[in-house]
Amino acid sequence: MDIWNILEYVAWAASAAFGLIIVADWLRTDSTYSEDVLMSSREGELEAMTEEHKI
Amino acid sequence: MTDFDITSKERDGMAPHGTKVGLLRVLGPAHVWALGVGIVLVGEYMGWNFAVGKGGAYAALIACWFAGLLYSCVAMIDSEVTSTVAAAGGQYTQAKHIVGPLMAFNVGLYLVFAYTMLEAANAITVGFLIDTVAVMSGHEGLDQRPFIVLAIMFLAWLNYRGVLATLTFSLVITAIAFSAILILFLATSPVFGGDVLQHRALMTDLPYGWLGILAAMHFGLWYYLGIEGTTQAAEEVRSPARALPFGTLAGIMTLLIAATLTWYVCVGLMPWEYLGQSGVPLFDAARMSGSTGLMVLLGIGTLFATLASANGCINDASRAWFAMGRDHYLPSWFGAVHPKYRTPYRSIIFLVPIALIFALGAPLDQVITFSILSGLLEYTFMPINVILFRRKWPLDAIKRGYEHPFHPLPALVLLCLCGIAYFAVFLGYGTQLVAMIAFYIVVSLWFHFWRYRFVRRAAQFTMPWPRPQGY
Repeated sequence: MDIWNILEYVAWAASAAFGLIIVADWLRTDSTYSEDVLMSSREGELEAMTEEHKI
Repeated sequence: MTDFDITSKERDGMAPHGTKVGLLRVLGPAHVWALGVGIVLVGEYMGWNFAVGKGGAYAALIACWFAGLLYSCVAMIDSEVTSTVAAAGGQYTQAKHIVGPLMAFNVGLYLVFAYTMLEAANAITVGFLIDTVAVMSGHEGLDQRPFIVLAIMFLAWLNYRGVLATLTFSLVITAIAFSAILILFLATSPVFGGDVLQHRALMTDLPYGWLGILAAMHFGLWYYLGIEGTTQAAEEVRSPARALPFGTLAGIMTLLIAATLTWYVCVGLMPWEYLGQSGVPLFDAARMSGSTGLMVLLGIGTLFATLASANGCINDASRAWFAMGRDHYLPSWFGAVHPKYRTPYRSIIFLVPIALIFALGAPLDQVITFSILSGLLEYTFMPINVILFRRKWPLDAIKRGYEHPFHPLPALVLLCLCGIAYFAVFLGYGTQLVAMIAFYIVVSLWFHFWRYRFVRRAAQFTMPWPRPQGY
């Protein structure tokens, strides 16, 4: 087994680690916050806060 | 400036429509530049040179200029519209406000397809590059799959964790990749003492005549494909009216320079018959220069350009998917924002397995063709969009961060060039083009007859714009 074979296993392991971190945080977030909070984003905030679009 | 108090109860403390958690406004013009150029620059490192194979070196140069004109129009039009429609979703949101829901749904799908396919293609390329390094070091038979999966998973994690780190990463690696092209040009240019370029010996007439130029147009798009992605940052830049036009226009100027330098160096080092089939033309050019330092630099540049492109694609596809979910064009579940990282995390997660399926299971040329076709459909929408925008909201009706000059000339030029590009694509990939259009017709029917009933029609328009003229 040379360095490239080891790197293949390292890449598989790192991929799995990134996947697990993402999924764990996703599940934790969804169970901690309500859907109302998570989906409260609306477009156009900056314009409404700072501009009236009148020249 | 408005005179209302954003801390009042009417404004819910944070924002005008009840937003408790929204995308974070932390980006500047440099991040916008990195997003646009980062997605595209891989096209300089590979892909554009198939235009040389289609019609010779001069055909590739003419295709480079025509495509440059097409994308300059795209950048100018995008800069004007998106500096006004400063919301995630980019062209999807523009279409929603300016044209209508069915156009918006289609444009949203064009965006997600174009970027997810390009992300998959970039991941395939990362695997190929690492395999190339392994072969050069004497190892045959490398399994590319773990490196393809790692590229997608790492970048998805980065995008999940926050947009500032994601696009700062893109900024650094894109700047290195662009600098590598400049250094290669300077090191080989006779102006600075180099004598390796052999234009006089290598340049030939058009081997396939003017038809070769037309065929080269398809691959001429690779020089700039993706610069329109800057608009997806609209909801996360601190100053959309300034940063988006600045970053987008600086981006297209960077790419025009990079494309011309790339063509100049490559055709001066390789005969057109070889260059037209090269997998990694800039890396091959560096190898033929005889300098080990340049070879290493351009190898790193190729890898960085590929990663920057995949990174930007994840960012852009997830914003388009998120915006469609937020408006109920897709299940609203996708419209969630992470309360800590302030990213559209469900959209990022959802698109990961799709990118993996295409990266591991589809051939590279098919994946890229579907990406280009979706992009081309999107460019065709843009001139219609800007003409309607100017008609419904003339210059004196709504503030713009940038007003593009000579309207409607850029829109008409863009429409004509899109027509030529369709014909060029049809010559090489007619079946895919027809299949792609048939797919969009079917999903349009699904949206019109089924999905649109779930869209809350008034709630999707939350920008405080004046009523359009004639309505």
